[in-house]
Amino acid sequence: MTLTPIERVERRGPRLLWPRRSPRTHEEGARGALIAAISTLVVFGGVIALVLSSDAWPRVQRQFFDWTHFKASFPKVLSGFWLDVEMFIIAEALILVIGLAVAMARSLRGPAFFPLRIITIGYIDLARGLPLLLLILLMGFGIPSLQLPGVPNSALFWGVAALIFSYAAYTAEVYRAGIDSVHESQRMSARSIGLTQTQSLWYVVVPQAVRNVIPALLNGFVSLQKDVALVFVLGVREGLREADIYNARTFNYTSYIAAAILFLLVSVPVARFTDWYTDRERHRMQAMSS
Amino acid sequence: MRWRLLSAVFLVMTLVAAACGDDDAATTTTGAAESCEIADLTLVTPGVLTVATGEPAFPPWVGTPDGENFDTPESGTGFEAALAYALAAEMGFSSDQVVWVRTGFDEVITPGDKNFDFNLQQYTITAEREQVVDFSDPYYSNAQALVAFPDSAVAGATTFADLKDAKLGVQVGTTSLDYIEQVIQPTAQAAVYDTTVDAKSALEAGQIDGLVVDIYTAYYITAVEIEGSVIVAEFETPAAAPDEFGLVFAEGNPLRACVDLALAALRADGTLEALEDQWLVGAGGLAVISG
Repeated sequence: MTLTPIERVERRGPRLLWPRRSPRTHEEGARGALIAAISTLVVFGGVIALVLSSDAWPRVQRQFFDWTHFKASFPKVLSGFWLDVEMFIIAEALILVIGLAVAMARSLRGPAFFPLRIITIGYIDLARGLPLLLLILLMGFGIPSLQLPGVPNSALFWGVAALIFSYAAYTAEVYRAGIDSVHESQRMSARSIGLTQTQSLWYVVVPQAVRNVIPALLNGFVSLQKDVALVFVLGVREGLREADIYNARTFNYTSYIAAAILFLLVSVPVARFTDWYTDRERHRMQAMSS
Repeated sequence: MRWRLLSAVFLVMTLVAAACGDDDAATTTTGAAESCEIADLTLVTPGVLTVATGEPAFPPWVGTPDGENFDTPESGTGFEAALAYALAAEMGFSSDQVVWVRTGFDEVITPGDKNFDFNLQQYTITAEREQVVDFSDPYYSNAQALVAFPDSAVAGATTFADLKDAKLGVQVGTTSLDYIEQVIQPTAQAAVYDTTVDAKSALEAGQIDGLVVDIYTAYYITAVEIEGSVIVAEFETPAAAPDEFGLVFAEGNPLRACVDLALAALRADGTLEALEDQWLVGAGGLAVISG
């Protein structure tokens, strides 16, 4: 069977310009894997050899990668890290809800909703514009200092509240991008069948919007997982602070490596899940369009 | 009463140390005289003694307690600044040959060369730290103290049991945390702050009942930093765990031997004690919290 050059290219794809995502034959797969292995070995091997050959490496190793210090600091760092996990789970749940509410409030149209839009825009500008650390200090130390009756004075409570305050604003903007990405005809159609503005947002636009922005939301979640550690400025004994205490006590940085490993253990799976989800969505969209 | 006794014991010990110091100085000056000439010293900048301290450096360690010469070690006022110049003079440096650099507390513990000959900013000598840097002989012995507002729940504490339910705060990187966890042992975990400023805010916000700091930091905090706060009491220091300050050197720096000689000489001729009397407020008259 003879093929014209164009048909051949169509059949195998424009190989040189766009390497295919998945190899079509085992032979190509094996060759690809070999090239990947060699180039990985050369790059990483080179870097590792360079680092290990440095005269100061033993000292750096003792300072940052000391197994004895790792074992000694890990239990403390882990116990503090559980507090981080609790914080980011509780915070994320509230951030997703509050962010959506803010985004919906901002997306409501009509002159009657003008004050609501002004408030949400003001809130988002403020919360995104202020450094997170300042927010945490301001809310964590400032609000309890007012000694208002019935208001909790816990540093942990206000630290998490500050995180929610800041992240909900970013998340609202992510949701709004999602809402804007839904074609105007969807909203029009919803209105034309008699749904109110709020109903058409809630039942028609938001479900499509959320689906579009899930990768962006997960990205924010990964970011939050590390930023919860910032409440340590309020004296809260979370994982990074425990590592910090160990470091200050022993002059050794290995405790930070212990903390880093724990943070990676939660963030990497979320990142891989995001990749997987994005891929699946792309396939779904391609299936729908073909 | 207890304090009188402690003072008496301390005085006797100081005298003994002074007597011993005399011998040391007498016997070692002949042997080490050659290697401790300025020209033979291992210095960061040849011919100049480069001394590091914190930024900012607080009284009573640098500057006078009333705030004069604040953060100006070059003035030679404050205990550590004056000590640095006394050591320099003892080693044969003129005042012009002393150069100050500033470091963070943590900077000193990074691997690599140091940009100072020695660093003094109230580093407590611990066995763990000694594995990474070198310490001089101690130049000061310190006790822990409790700082709080007069209306605080811990204001009347006299025993460790009184502090069982207290929420205490400390500054990170100080031995006060070890003291809380190993000696006071309150039920609630101590809160840990980066700076005194943060600890002060937590105190004002009612998030902690009291702050544990070393006694001379306590004097400074109550006098300058936290308006209205008082030193509730000082803590009994367990003999097994003395809290002593040392000068920090890069690991293996041969200069240490010469600085230790100078320090021993200052202790022997009474200069060190005179500097303490001049710059550090006498700690007598405070209540003591013990077990």
